Amino acid sequence: MITIVDYKAGNLTSVKRALDHLGIANQISADPDLVRKADRIIFPGVGAAGAAMDVLKERNLDSALKESFRRGAPILGICIGCQIILSRSEEGDTPGLDLIEGVCSKFEPEDEALKVPHMGWNAVDVHRPHPILQHLKPGDEFYFVHSYYPQPVNPETIYATSNYGLTFPAAIGVDNLFAVQFHAEKSGPIGLHLLKNFSSWRP
Amino acid sequence: MLSKRIISCLDVRDGKLVKSIKFVNTVDIGNPTVQALKYYQYGLDELVFYDITASSENRNIMLDVVNQVAEQIFIPFSVGGGLRTVEDCAQVLRAGAEKININSAAVKRPGLISEAAKAFGSQAVVLSMDVLRVKPAPQIPSGYEIIINGGRNPMGMDAITWAQRGEELGAGELVVNSIDADGTKAGYELKLTRQIAEAVRIPVIASGGGGVPEHLYDVLTEGKADAALIASMLHYDEYSVAEIKQYLASRGIKIRETY
Repeated sequence: MITIVDYKAGNLTSVKRALDHLGIANQISADPDLVRKADRIIFPGVGAAGAAMDVLKERNLDSALKESFRRGAPILGICIGCQIILSRSEEGDTPGLDLIEGVCSKFEPEDEALKVPHMGWNAVDVHRPHPILQHLKPGDEFYFVHSYYPQPVNPETIYATSNYGLTFPAAIGVDNLFAVQFHAEKSGPIGLHLLKNFSSWRP
Repeated sequence: MLSKRIISCLDVRDGKLVKSIKFVNTVDIGNPTVQALKYYQYGLDELVFYDITASSENRNIMLDVVNQVAEQIFIPFSVGGGLRTVEDCAQVLRAGAEKININSAAVKRPGLISEAAKAFGSQAVVLSMDVLRVKPAPQIPSGYEIIINGGRNPMGMDAITWAQRGEELGAGELVVNSIDADGTKAGYELKLTRQIAEAVRIPVIASGGGGVPEHLYDVLTEGKADAALIASMLHYDEYSVAEIKQYLASRGIKIRETY
């Protein structure tokens, strides 16, 4: 059973529909006790980092997520869920969950033609193999919508990158935590494949 | 590098897929979910559903369509038509759309754009505009006028100014639909699209006039559009998504080729 963490962050039902379509048991929950005990966790989201952290704290989901990380439950972060696992976000100078050391920085492309947010389909290049990225082909594209991008300190936590004016980490992870900046649940068949990989991942 | 997007627009009336020519003479052409699923499987990047249902009692049929689409199709899609309040928008987002598409209601009450952007984020707010070529006038220096209510009411507003205002108010994307080009299959309105693309810093989706893949090439290069909307090219099986993408790729346009 995958527990989708509900912190009022938008795309929960999209993730749920994708898992339902794949026949993967799942539930949406805002209950920190359920998150603490969950077999597997998806931590999705759209919106602003500050607002997301506020709701996580208000619902005591921040400590529940940290505990689940420490006890080894497989966790997948998506979009904002890939940003607030870092130490800090430059978006409103928000402290993050600090599960991976690093910051989130804003896209500030020099090229005027590059619009922010980075919105649309972009190729993801895998640099380090990971079970969740299994069967991805070079040139496979995923759907992105974001103005900030994750920058972990340790290069070994970077599994895949994408390029938008600069090369930025698109998939990061450590131990039982993995996170993608793109919306796997909206990235067509290849995105669904990635969610399926997560559902059977044994870190 | 970001790919240029190919988006298909499906007009839905009372739950059925229809095609309109120059905003009139609509004809039934099938089931929107079945059609959308086919495009999804063939690699379309995004979908837009416009509800052109006339009577308000049949509005809920559209929410059922949105639900069905969201359960089967895992690419972004927006929904427009008849959305007048933040609550109308919230309903279609809850039913599974990523984005809401507002048009006449935003012209009548621009505050709807900022309210929606505040409630759902700019990435969820698409401002759609119907534009007619007119004689340049003091109020309409570009010679492109905003028309509302399905092409019926000229507003005396300049399209370029309105596009910039929409961006300021928090729209995340613009759909620029040329009434002159709509349904002609003679190509997009390149000058209009380019003028708007150069006037704003949000993505511009060109709409109206796409008849052959070369038209998409033109609007994605000369027209400076970030995405091209197509309807009849696909709905009447004149081209497949794959054919269009192969053509664009062969001419050096960055598009999503594998999926």
